[in-house]
Amino acid sequence: MAKKTLRTLIGASLLAAASFVQAEDTRVVAITQIVEHPALDAVHEGVKDELAERGYVVGENLRLMHESAQGNSAIASQIARKFVGESPDVIVAIATPSAQTVAAAARNIPVVFSAVTDPLAAKLVKSWEAPGANITGVSDMLPIEQHIDMLQRIMPDAKRIGTVYNPGEANAAALIKLLEERLAARDMQLVKGAATKTSEVLGAARSLVGKVDAIYLTTDNTVISAAEAVISVGERSKIPVFAADTATVERGAVAALGFNYYNHGRQTGAMVVRVLEGASTADMPVETMEELDLFVNPEAGERMGITLSEDLIQDAKEIVKSGK
Amino acid sequence: MLSEIAFYGALETGLIYGLVAFGIYLSFRVLDFPDLTVDGSFPLGAAVAAVLILQGWNPWLATGCAALAGMAAGAVTAILNVKLNILNLLASILTMIALYSINLRIMGVPNIALLSEETVLTPWYDMGMEFHQVPVLLFLIVVVVSLILLWRFMKSETGLAMRATGANARMARAQGIATGGMVILGVALSNGLVGLAGALFAQSQGAADVTMGVGVIVIGLASLIGGEAVLTPSTVLRALIACVIGAIMYRLAIAFALNADALGLRAQDLNLITAVLVTLAIVLPGVRTNLTNRFTRNKA
Repeated sequence: MAKKTLRTLIGASLLAAASFVQAEDTRVVAITQIVEHPALDAVHEGVKDELAERGYVVGENLRLMHESAQGNSAIASQIARKFVGESPDVIVAIATPSAQTVAAAARNIPVVFSAVTDPLAAKLVKSWEAPGANITGVSDMLPIEQHIDMLQRIMPDAKRIGTVYNPGEANAAALIKLLEERLAARDMQLVKGAATKTSEVLGAARSLVGKVDAIYLTTDNTVISAAEAVISVGERSKIPVFAADTATVERGAVAALGFNYYNHGRQTGAMVVRVLEGASTADMPVETMEELDLFVNPEAGERMGITLSEDLIQDAKEIVKSGK
Repeated sequence: MLSEIAFYGALETGLIYGLVAFGIYLSFRVLDFPDLTVDGSFPLGAAVAAVLILQGWNPWLATGCAALAGMAAGAVTAILNVKLNILNLLASILTMIALYSINLRIMGVPNIALLSEETVLTPWYDMGMEFHQVPVLLFLIVVVVSLILLWRFMKSETGLAMRATGANARMARAQGIATGGMVILGVALSNGLVGLAGALFAQSQGAADVTMGVGVIVIGLASLIGGEAVLTPSTVLRALIACVIGAIMYRLAIAFALNADALGLRAQDLNLITAVLVTLAIVLPGVRTNLTNRFTRNKA
């Protein structure tokens, strides 16, 4: 009995695989995302909008599949298998764990990753310039050098920079390592406070008081979720807080030179279009974010004990008024 | 409908979680020891295997060490319970959260990629099978071997003593069984199996990640209960087979949910569906009466 059921099941699934036929001119793009999260959702939106703008419209000439693994790696793996089984034209993988599971499952299908900080360490590509296989994409590696430039422009005397980060987040840990190296090259020092969950962010921020001249936050998901805790410590102890993403300036950080994840998604979408139009992923270099916007919040600066210069405010793309 | 690759993918993940279900059967069923350590020992196995493979160890040896590391984690939980008299559930939670830090220490970074490394699967890819069938065959062999060893163990004198410990500890002690030792051995074995599963999962996924353990206990429990609902576990052998069947059923259900766009089901609904299924299996009378005895509060 059980044997019969199993046989029927296998038969049915094989039949389904065989009868899966695409309409002649419909392109298929599958998007897998490790978890729902404002930044990652924005990437997904960006990809969709870019595709639509370039003439790939859902329901007309495009079939778009989208699944989220809800943070569960076993489900991410099954989503990857599902997509590979349907052999779409392109698989878009958002964030490192999703990209790795797709890379393990997809042999010949082009994959474009997005929101992956270090694709080299994640072994997705052979090099940034020439990925070499069926995988390429857009990295959300922060322009750390430009961020330190900005910080030094506002606070030329700052030597000890504090940060709060989650040692369990792959992207964040990669950034912290890079930040430490780059700061050391300029004779500056990084002081770290670790927080493995949002409830620990406040304590980690407090541990920095008295040891640092300024605080700089990366795009660490855990820390950004509780950015207010760091900002309140900054205000009370007169330590200016800088951020890597512009949204945190609206919540009360002094300044950020950042990009938004919606544009990140748009850039990913543009790569997807190039693949759909026949470009080979093996020769497409991994891209990083091109557009950077300076956001400043002079009032937050006052609360943290610094005055932003006029020419800096002139340069800003957006001056955030209140924010608390 | 399911594509062939999605079907094999479900089998592959199901077989790995079959090992997890064996472990949970040992702790929850045989020893009556609610053990949440598995959420930590699963990524522990992955971490140990990944680090050793990166250092150039033979992947099978690395996988074996991962299982040993899992056993050590389980032993810690059981010792906290047996020797220090900490409530079993609390002891397992303590070990679980400690393992998060330990896993990070072992790996050094939160994510280790194994995509281009030599794994237990690599040599098999050259044997002329379809790419997606290889892990299924290999994991099937691992699961069958584990099942037979476990079954033999349960029938051995030590295994019988362990079962007696879980069934009635006071009686077992009266018969001269060192029940504390049995609990330590059983929970260690259970977590060894889970560590083995974590190591295999990391190798088939191409990466070990510290967040991999989230929800392993719930999925393992759901697999165990689902399997028992289908195949009444009247003997140890049937119970073990039920573990594997339950784990594969759970994964097939997910694969179907991913493909059942018409029903309006999506992957993001799965956590809710799992919770509902587990609740139904526990509460529904007649599914398994003794389940109720085990999982609801004692009436007395």
